[in-house]
Amino acid sequence: MDQILGNIGLLFEFPIVNFKIVIDGIMIGALFALAAYGLALVWGVMNVKNLAQGDFVIAGGYVSWWLVQHGFPALLGVPAAFIVMWGIGWVVYKLVISRVIERDLFTSLLATFGLAIMMAQILNLLFGSDTQSVDLGYETLYFADGLIDIPIAKLIGVIMAAILAAGVIIFMKSSRMGQAIRATAQDARAARVLGIDTEKVYAFTFSLNAAICGAAGAIIVMVWVIQPFYGITHSIRAFVIVTAAGLGNLPGVIAAGLGIGALEQYGAHIFGIGYQQAIAVMLLLLVLLIRLIQQLRVRQVLK
Amino acid sequence: MGNNKIILYAAILAITVIAPFVFPAFGTQLATLWLMIIVALTWDMTGGQMGYNSLGNIFFYGTGMYVAAAVTIGMVYDVGEYTSAHGGGITSFTDQQYFTGMFVGILAAGVFCSVCAVVIGYLTFGLRGPYFAIGTLGVAIAAGELVSNWDWIGGGQGIALPVYPGDLDEGKVFFYFLFALTGVAVFLFCRWLYQTRFGAAINAIRDDEEKADAMGIHTLRYKLVTWSMAAFFVGIAGGISAFQLIHFEPLETAYQTINLGIFMVVCVLLGGKGTLWGPVIGASLFHVFKEVTWNYFLGWQWVALGALIVVTVVYFKDGVMGYLLHTKPEWFGVKIDQKASEETS
Amino acid sequence: MKKLSLLSILMASVSLLFSQASLAACDEIHIGSAISLTGKYATNGIHAKNGYEYAIQKIKDAGGVMVDGKCYNFRVTYYDDESKGDRGATLAERLISQDKVQYMLGPYSSGLTKAIAPVTEKYQIPMVEAEGASRSLFNKGYKYLFAVLSTSEQYLASAVTLAAEMAEKQGKKASSVKVAVAVENDPFSLDIRAGVLDDAKKYGMKPVIDEQLPRDLSDMSAILTKVKLLKPDLLIVSGHSKGAATAVRQIGEQNIKVPMIAMTHCEAADVTGKFGATANDILCSTQWAETLSYSDPIFGTAGEYEAGFKKAYPEYKDKKVPYQTAQASAAVYVFKDAFERAGSLDKEKVRDALAATDMQTFYGGIKFSEAGNNIAKPMVLRQIQNGEYNVVAPSAFASHELNWPRN
Repeated sequence: MDQILGNIGLLFEFPIVNFKIVIDGIMIGALFALAAYGLALVWGVMNVKNLAQGDFVIAGGYVSWWLVQHGFPALLGVPAAFIVMWGIGWVVYKLVISRVIERDLFTSLLATFGLAIMMAQILNLLFGSDTQSVDLGYETLYFADGLIDIPIAKLIGVIMAAILAAGVIIFMKSSRMGQAIRATAQDARAARVLGIDTEKVYAFTFSLNAAICGAAGAIIVMVWVIQPFYGITHSIRAFVIVTAAGLGNLPGVIAAGLGIGALEQYGAHIFGIGYQQAIAVMLLLLVLLIRLIQQLRVRQVLK
Repeated sequence: MGNNKIILYAAILAITVIAPFVFPAFGTQLATLWLMIIVALTWDMTGGQMGYNSLGNIFFYGTGMYVAAAVTIGMVYDVGEYTSAHGGGITSFTDQQYFTGMFVGILAAGVFCSVCAVVIGYLTFGLRGPYFAIGTLGVAIAAGELVSNWDWIGGGQGIALPVYPGDLDEGKVFFYFLFALTGVAVFLFCRWLYQTRFGAAINAIRDDEEKADAMGIHTLRYKLVTWSMAAFFVGIAGGISAFQLIHFEPLETAYQTINLGIFMVVCVLLGGKGTLWGPVIGASLFHVFKEVTWNYFLGWQWVALGALIVVTVVYFKDGVMGYLLHTKPEWFGVKIDQKASEETS
Repeated sequence: MKKLSLLSILMASVSLLFSQASLAACDEIHIGSAISLTGKYATNGIHAKNGYEYAIQKIKDAGGVMVDGKCYNFRVTYYDDESKGDRGATLAERLISQDKVQYMLGPYSSGLTKAIAPVTEKYQIPMVEAEGASRSLFNKGYKYLFAVLSTSEQYLASAVTLAAEMAEKQGKKASSVKVAVAVENDPFSLDIRAGVLDDAKKYGMKPVIDEQLPRDLSDMSAILTKVKLLKPDLLIVSGHSKGAATAVRQIGEQNIKVPMIAMTHCEAADVTGKFGATANDILCSTQWAETLSYSDPIFGTAGEYEAGFKKAYPEYKDKKVPYQTAQASAAVYVFKDAFERAGSLDKEKVRDALAATDMQTFYGGIKFSEAGNNIAKPMVLRQIQNGEYNVVAPSAFASHELNWPRN
């Protein structure tokens, strides 16, 4: 308890720390937002709650890591992970997801949970259970007497995340497929009546999701670490963000992603980094409870 | 029909009793089989019969372990001292302390868990469908994380309980019968419960909660009572496990979300959701599958299990009981059909 | 089923043939061990396994284990516990009930030992372990657990004493020393922390940071930020090899200035090889140093052990041979000694012989207390000075002066 109070005290004693925490949180949150956006897409379009989301992220990270081990430049990892994970996403869709779309929600949750266990273990067998990262070898910028450190690699990661997000937004707004996806999300039956091949849209959406996750993972391996069993933490974060922001609300997802990144960093500062995963899960419970209370209020009004 | 059934039950009971003596080398595995049956049956109470798919029942297992251990130790020593990193003096238990502690501890585990179920249920039963599953999963993960940071009960080190005082083969049989007894009790309890008005009420909640509410069923009360009954038994199973395993730690043994926590759901789906025998059959099949993969596909066992989950969920949704009901209705005779129609009315 | 039994008959006959063929040489004593070959403890798991294998080979070369006039060699069946306790316990059961081993060598880390010891105790299998140091292992009344190493509270106790001495030399009170502790959430490191906090309390020192490393030990920058703000005089880090590597890397990256930094597992993590000058002036606790003057007839002196090991395992050529390896070898040696004194392969007699162990080895004296820990060997503290590990404490063994403050 003293520790916690002391840590809170530090925030006021050295206000510059707040600045550091927020910057760190936003840089990490930008990456959470990517995976969360993919989840929102799949959730909104085909009503599948993908618990393997985090494992797609980790798998993408390993694609990039593997390429670097074999002498390819690190930045190539991002497009490569995008493409590879697109393919894996398509296969997963055809084998599993296409068969759970019409079923009750628990089925998709459990099926993707099984998938998550499988993927984590396959990654473990392929790459071993050690944490891995890719060192870009760039400098670190120091501000405020060395207290704030911004590795250039992290900056590059954030910029790439932003480019990716912008690309997806433009694609969804202006391309034919993007319009079809949005139409299917609004009303799948109506879309089918109007001649949209929803099966194709579903397959495309899920592959796109996997690809976005993969690219996010490729960035994460450059600025952070990956490990085969980290998927679940990323999945939980994606759920927190989507549940907090709501579906089909890209600016909301990005804002929630950044916010949750910052909140996690604050939590880690106040309670200690030993509580990192606990903080992610507590945030999830908090968001669920807040949503529940909101719902209750709505129901009371209806009565 | 009735005669056949009695013979069937008697045969199963006989197998239960003689199994540990016929296969002494598999004592621990057989005990674990009963553990799987207990958690599968109790999961089905809310998941299959009431339509609330919890992914967090493992919370009660882990909490049961810790409560049983803390109570047993607390009756003789100071818990914080016993679990402290520097280790107090040598801490030994007399036979009497061990068995009284075990009895009280396991009972306390059950009671504490059912209270927890009421509290957690009160907060989470407002969540519907997948949100309930995610919410309860979150509770289980969070509990494991928090316990692993709680020094008083050992934190990340876990707790080591005293070793069974008697002969080691005797100990194996002892724990087998503790599990088997609990398992039989749970089975008989469920069998009775599903035939009562209470059973009909929770089935009604599963089929249409709004309508059940409108018909005057106090749904929240029913949900809380059902979950706390399930939690009671899971807590007891956790308590027994604590003594059987001797040492356990929070994240991988007690609150093992992705192991037992998900296995119990798969057992039920494999056997057939919402049936009495489904969880039992599913747990047996799953346990055999798990032991075989663990022995012969070491390294790939998780992949095989993940695949089993996906295949069961995606392609074999109704489970063994559902499949049999479709293809061999005559096996079930008229009686089961009547019961099924009662359940859905 | 039929196929299986046919296969097992075939296997049995093959192994029969094999054992008959080798009858002329020595028989086998089968030992089991679950050890971390993957996961966060993999580095040290492999160090320990190499130590076991090296000792087995050395003992074989020296004529094997003579039990009641007959000669035997050790053979160890290893399983990978993936650095996870529950898996370690399962594998121990498997070794005992399916592979029928009668003796066990310990796993890596206190946590894994804690998970496995109840199993070996349950089956009354003597286990000599070399890598589990937490005191919480030795208060459960285990009768079949023997540890050749010193317990964890001794690891960094002398660092606290040194910090107090330095403060007094500066004309300050020992109680003015601010201590920062960052440890892994596992039995070993928590016991290190308990020991350090106890010692700090004796001097009236104040712990300003007392935090746990994240579970995968890959990032402690949040703690180091606090170190920058609170400027402690002594920073204690404990998290096995992974924790040591992370700490040294990030201390360098974040340019942390603390007068005294003490940690465990420097050699095992090869911090000098990986991080060069960044590691300078860090204090490292060690169970054993090749410069100490212990010796025995099988391995020779401590220095000869190091040279011989480097020859057998060339991948250690440019590194220190970590003490994790030395103590693993010592554990095998203890088994040999106990078998020979017991004059029997009966596990109860071997257990009693183990309990009566009192021997000198290249690793130091080994004599077990009632609880099973080794009470005949001190810990030493080394400082990395220009890439060299020099003993600086306790004063009876010190070969060099302490460099203070660390810049």
